[in-house]
Amino acid sequence: MKVMAQMAMVMNLDKCIGCHTCSVTCKQAWTNRTGTEYVWFNNVETRPGQGYPRTYEDQETWKGGWTLNQRGRLTLKAGGRLKKLLTIFSNPKMPSINDYYEPWTYDYANLTDAPAQEHTPVARPKSLISGKDMKISWSSNWDDNLGGSAATAERDPVLKKVGDKVKFEFEQTFMFYLPRICEHCLNPSCAASCPSGAIYKRTEDGIVLVDQDRCRGWRMCISGCPYKKVYFNHRTGKAEKCTFCFPRIEVGLPTVCSETCVGRLRYLGLVLYDADRVLEAASVPDDHDLYEAQRSILLDPNDPDVIRAAERDGIPRDWIDAAQRSPVHALINKYQVALPLHPEYRTMPMVWYIPPLSPVVDVVRETGEDAERRENLFAAIDALRIPIEYLAELFTAGDVAPVDRVLRKLAAMRSYMRDINMGRDPDSAIPAAVGMGEEDLYDMYRLLALAKYDERY
Amino acid sequence: MSLDNELTEALVRTRRFFTRGTVSDDLRTLTKQGGRQADDFYRDRWSHDKVVRSTHGVNCTGSCSWKVYVKDGIITWETQQTDYPSVGPDKPEYEPRGCPRGAAFSWYTYSPTRVRYPYVRGVLLQMYREAKSQYGGDPVKAWAHVVDNPQRAKAYKSARGKGGLVRATWEEATELVAAAYVHTIQKWGPDRVAGFSPIPAMSMVSHASGARFTSLIGGSMLSFYDWYADLPVASPQMFGDQTDVPESGDWWDAGYLMMWGSNVPVTRTPDAHWMTEARYRGQKVVVVSPDYADNVKFADEWLAVRPGTDGALAMAMGHVILKEFFVDRETPYFRDYTKKYTDLPYLVALEPTDGGAYRAGKFLTAADLGQDEENAHFKTVLLDSVTDQPVVPNGSLGHRFGGSGAGRWNLDLGEVDPRLTLHEPGGASVAVELPRFDTVDGAPGSVSRGVPVRRIGEHLVATVFDLMLAQYGVARDGLEGDYATSYDDATAPYTPAWQEPITGVPAAAAARIAREFAANAEESRGRSMILMGAGTNHWFHSDTIYRGFLALTTLTGCQGVNGGGWAHYVGQEKCRPITGWAQLAFGLDWARPPRQMIHTAYWYLHTDQFRYDTFSADTVSAATGSGLLAGLSTADVIAKSARMGWMPSYPTFNRNPLDLADDAAATGRPVGEHVVDQLQSGELRFAAEDPDSPENFPRVLAVWRANLLGSSGKGNEYFLKHLLGTDNSLRATEAGEGQRPRDVEWHEQAPEGKLDLLLTLDFRQTSTTLFSDVVLPAATWYEKHDLNTTDMHPFVHSFNPAIAPPWQTRTDWDAWQTIAEKFSELAATRLGTRRDVVAVPLLHDTPDAMANPHGVVRDWKAGECEPVPGATMPKLVEVERDYAAVGARMQALGPVLDKLGTTTKGVTYDVSASIDYLRHKNGAIRGGPADGRPSLKRDVHACEAILALSGTTNGHLATQGFKTLEKRTGTLLHDLAAEHEGKQITFADTQAAPVPVITSPEWSGSETGGRRYSPFTINVERLKPWHTLTGRQHFFLDHDWMAELGEGLPVYRPPLNMAALFAEPSVGDLQEAVGGVTVRYLTPHNKWSIHSEYQDNLFMLSLSRGGQTIWMSDRDAAKIGVADNDWIEAVNRNGVVVARAIVSHRMPEGTVYMHHAQDRLIDVPLAEASGKRGGIHNSLTRILIKPSHVIGGYAQLSFAFNYLGPTGNQRDEVTVIRRRSQEVTY
Repeated sequence: MKVMAQMAMVMNLDKCIGCHTCSVTCKQAWTNRTGTEYVWFNNVETRPGQGYPRTYEDQETWKGGWTLNQRGRLTLKAGGRLKKLLTIFSNPKMPSINDYYEPWTYDYANLTDAPAQEHTPVARPKSLISGKDMKISWSSNWDDNLGGSAATAERDPVLKKVGDKVKFEFEQTFMFYLPRICEHCLNPSCAASCPSGAIYKRTEDGIVLVDQDRCRGWRMCISGCPYKKVYFNHRTGKAEKCTFCFPRIEVGLPTVCSETCVGRLRYLGLVLYDADRVLEAASVPDDHDLYEAQRSILLDPNDPDVIRAAERDGIPRDWIDAAQRSPVHALINKYQVALPLHPEYRTMPMVWYIPPLSPVVDVVRETGEDAERRENLFAAIDALRIPIEYLAELFTAGDVAPVDRVLRKLAAMRSYMRDINMGRDPDSAIPAAVGMGEEDLYDMYRLLALAKYDERY
Repeated sequence: MSLDNELTEALVRTRRFFTRGTVSDDLRTLTKQGGRQADDFYRDRWSHDKVVRSTHGVNCTGSCSWKVYVKDGIITWETQQTDYPSVGPDKPEYEPRGCPRGAAFSWYTYSPTRVRYPYVRGVLLQMYREAKSQYGGDPVKAWAHVVDNPQRAKAYKSARGKGGLVRATWEEATELVAAAYVHTIQKWGPDRVAGFSPIPAMSMVSHASGARFTSLIGGSMLSFYDWYADLPVASPQMFGDQTDVPESGDWWDAGYLMMWGSNVPVTRTPDAHWMTEARYRGQKVVVVSPDYADNVKFADEWLAVRPGTDGALAMAMGHVILKEFFVDRETPYFRDYTKKYTDLPYLVALEPTDGGAYRAGKFLTAADLGQDEENAHFKTVLLDSVTDQPVVPNGSLGHRFGGSGAGRWNLDLGEVDPRLTLHEPGGASVAVELPRFDTVDGAPGSVSRGVPVRRIGEHLVATVFDLMLAQYGVARDGLEGDYATSYDDATAPYTPAWQEPITGVPAAAAARIAREFAANAEESRGRSMILMGAGTNHWFHSDTIYRGFLALTTLTGCQGVNGGGWAHYVGQEKCRPITGWAQLAFGLDWARPPRQMIHTAYWYLHTDQFRYDTFSADTVSAATGSGLLAGLSTADVIAKSARMGWMPSYPTFNRNPLDLADDAAATGRPVGEHVVDQLQSGELRFAAEDPDSPENFPRVLAVWRANLLGSSGKGNEYFLKHLLGTDNSLRATEAGEGQRPRDVEWHEQAPEGKLDLLLTLDFRQTSTTLFSDVVLPAATWYEKHDLNTTDMHPFVHSFNPAIAPPWQTRTDWDAWQTIAEKFSELAATRLGTRRDVVAVPLLHDTPDAMANPHGVVRDWKAGECEPVPGATMPKLVEVERDYAAVGARMQALGPVLDKLGTTTKGVTYDVSASIDYLRHKNGAIRGGPADGRPSLKRDVHACEAILALSGTTNGHLATQGFKTLEKRTGTLLHDLAAEHEGKQITFADTQAAPVPVITSPEWSGSETGGRRYSPFTINVERLKPWHTLTGRQHFFLDHDWMAELGEGLPVYRPPLNMAALFAEPSVGDLQEAVGGVTVRYLTPHNKWSIHSEYQDNLFMLSLSRGGQTIWMSDRDAAKIGVADNDWIEAVNRNGVVVARAIVSHRMPEGTVYMHHAQDRLIDVPLAEASGKRGGIHNSLTRILIKPSHVIGGYAQLSFAFNYLGPTGNQRDEVTVIRRRSQEVTY
């Protein structure tokens, strides 16, 4: 066992209101500079939707992340290191600017400077790439709130996997938001793809960074990252990516995206993991086993053996304490309601998600039953407006069972708390039905609902 | 385990020898030491010199506190503050509060749209300069020379909005502005000058700056809450309160939450988390919305109601609740609540109709019982079930004023147990005619339903409760008439089956949600909440929709309970230190009363929209009405309301009010007598009776903190044509013979370019600045001191300058002082000291509310009564204007406060201690007209004055106010503030962190002991009456005009039928000639702009679609061949819009959304339909005024600024949308 510490994040999608404050505060703090106009370290996608850049999840096209080769060994999907070296000068698996968007500005000065003329002055859009007039036809978040659904969301690669489960009809509309940053993976394929060795994972906290001095702009990391969270600064010619706000983390401040999240849905915390078992976990043959494998390499920070090993491996005592108090650890491993994004990319991503619960009961209402009742509530999980298969394709490589378990826990929490809210006696059968004790369920409620500042971070 | 293959493995293994570092056993990782200097780039990027607290003072209810980062003297970015005081260990907190709009605000500081210097329209400036040299450098003569000459005036007015702004100096620009003010006051009168700046709570000092100047010179401040259609008229009608709502933290307390027309994640972004989190407490969430709105994602149930039919759904829910919780079974909590806190047990006299039936008449009063005590006409009556005798309980309006009511204005019923119903086996009943409007076109009809009655003296009476059951159609044994036979009876209003074809909501769902809502309220004693918003509040008949909602929350005992009741969030922000702000803003410290105008009526008349009304006011009358509006146009109704003193009207007379005062003085008579004589002789007329005559034009308009022409101006093209006199795309035709006003004068030729000067202060270019004659560069929210509060949270916090105002920008406080000083300099010799006749309407929260017993209309001009100022017409008050002293008065807190104190909502405060405090805190002015007075020179001084003069921020005043109120109520109140009696919030406190405010009589809820704010908790818990006729919450309104409109009780009224009113095509009509489809046109709030920034922000444009868009359903798009992102044109009689389409299946068929306040400045091409620049969202709307909104002078239906007035509603509109040429030109 080699104990290492990792800064990780959990986002509770059930609380995300899709406001994009995280994107804007991040952009303002980090990437509102020339060369990074199109760079959004943090972005928020409407699902169903194509994501940013478009259809990045279609790894048959983009070849990001890892795969198992015929002998069951982990290999970069875009090809092994030899292939990488041989194709270093021509990298076909690169999103073009059109897969992002052509950034623009406006001729704002015309509003002030326009001479007397026939019509009201107007600020026309100008490409920030060519400087010419343009018609805006794509942006960093073009399909927000199902905008253009037939023309946009139907090309969602995840949707293709769940077949005819989703209809683009008014009555069956559903959507939710997926905020994304760099996953700061335990097994980062960007780093493995870099011919210059410029991408590194910090030993003390696992934050993955691009060395701006060593980067040579080969852009293999962009291809290698299945989440497309490494960007190319076309002014400096270097790759840039989310830094997990390390200058803030190092002084005890949460990341910008976390602290400014008005949905209060982001949790930051330290997890301990066994570095010796990462490759093994990333190499399990069945995609459906990846979630459990990934969870299993996270160590119990309260286990005396783990504590001893951590001290042996040089992890400071206050870091062990932080791992014990970590809301991220609680949500991933204690309550088991947080799931990794696309574990099938085998990068061991360290940004986890609580899948969105709602809405569950509007199907039940057609039966005329009170959908708030516990017995009906659980039945309704199967009838989610958001198809559970869609969530499973995002978080568990298509295995619906773990997603179903999470949603049942969330539903049970609401049902259990309703009795308390209304001043009735709480019903211990409710947590029991989802394999939880009353106190655990109550503690989970406090962590998810009250979500105090010092408990989120 | 290993990677790739053996060859690679061998290669990688060599790393162990060639590289300094440690390779892991599985060869997966290489661990190295050092080499991290490259991190420095990001460390440098993060470093900054200071962090300054500020916020956004736009029309935003967020009131989020922000950290503004500054590096090397440059504002770099902002993130949210997280230091709000805790709301306790068992609830979520207010941190972090913010939204992407606010987070993008700093972009404006250095953006190319920033207004950096003063600008004047070139053609105007040139003429002014020439005239000035011609008149020996006299600015006022120069201004007169330009504007009084029709050719010259037309030359610059017709150039408005067409570029050609040129730089000027502050000196020259403010001189021109001051000259315009002086000339206008001299020639036309001070009430021909107006100021517009909305929502003071968001930046009180900035609002007060220009408002103070405007008020001190006698100009009119235009209202905003009603103009924005955000004022829920149902609130004054029902509660006698402008609006008072729970803070968002109180959503947490609810057990059942309905979001109805309020898209919380978009419009209340910082507060939305309370809703998502409360679900985890087991709160059930229901969303009623026409589209799959952002909040539907969080809902347990979604009722996809058809736009504008929400009232029908609410009425059906009311039917279910009345039947199941009042008739089938008595619910003790609901019964006891409604007896004590509502008008349900009060007696209403029935009036016989011509057809032998009856209709609801007037509340029975003590006067009807033959009692001749003080204010007997305003003391309402109920039946005591113990004695079975009529009694006059405490707490009605009649007890609020006069000596005999002292100690009796309370809700204590003593031994009395009110009877809710007169229904009993074998009891008497009569048929009552009840109005209905539920046909597609909203045409009036009626039903006849039996109502239990009793005879008291000469009156046949019924209880409001029994009338309610009849109105809602809930049958009971022994009552004849058109009652519903069951929930499935689709013919009888208001059953669940009846609403289904109207709303599209399944009958079973409507009934079940109603049942759940009430059952939750019963079990939790009132913790069911409806969070309602603009989707339901911006309709012509929104007051009826809201009364349907409020019936649900009030019948179930949810009002005045934490976690329950109405939660209306439409634009309104609570200016918590309202008293202090009001003194500064309206110059009440120097002269009273100020001129405060109902904005909607102002523009309805002055942009000549009234000329395009082709229907008469009684189009909206009920079948049960008596024809009171017959033959009147809407303009006639406004004129009538004005002359009866119901609503304010400025300009008031067709004569300069300064000259009018001189005339009176010359005759040696009191001004009131003189004016009445002149009016009766016809020598003097109300300006509202002839708005198109030049002496009645508005001449000068100042706009700051606002974008009238890009945002709030309903009927944009009418503004451009008639007010500004420039190019426009108006397509409507004027009313023909026989459709025109009866009383209001009609000019054959409509005026164009009424306004002489449009002045705007802003920090960015907007539609308003581009059409302005003078634009002054303003400081942003990160460049000034100010105060900020909201209804959404209980804190007051501050703005602070992160940098000094850059370029030539100035804070509003500074800019208006500059203008005031220049004005006084020019006015000293030209205007001097004059007397001004101010016409003041009959005011709410004063004895004026008893001017009209029983709400009977009495028009002196129709010979129905004598013209008596203050009773049957406005009060006429003379005010001295020392125009030379305006500059000095701006800068000092005046002496009127010492003598008269302050008054808010009927409670007067002695503020002498606060004045002394401020004299020391701010320093005293030395010399001049304000010698010795506390200084207001700096914006910080103004902040301190607001805090010191308000009960919410000064515990001494709160306690004093409650003690004053106790004398009237006879109940204990002052303990509510006692815990903070010694607390005086200073500006420095607000700079350190947001500070919780103090419970004060200025508001109706209690925050004592750190509880969450919910309105009316003081009324419920301390038996303090509502400010209504009965002192209770009113289901029934007995004013003549409410009866005329059939709105005495909650009722369903459909959206206006634009096909019938204006010959627009019907929704769904395909216009094959133009390839268009007719759709309902809604303008909800935009995710990417408003309220904390604007549509032009590059970050927000990059996150959205980069220009004007219209959302439409895939089904409508298919009909006209529109694909996503195609250019489209929307055309109706009011104007033209060019936009790009967003086609989505989340939109319902037949309805499009063009989000509010997109502006024509960003990527808007020329329209094919007009050949001119495509319009804004308000190019397709116009003002439509509901007659009942201009009722005044009666109980809670009396005017107060932003409390009551006609709404600038815009939701009933339709438009034709078609695909246009995809080749666009600019």
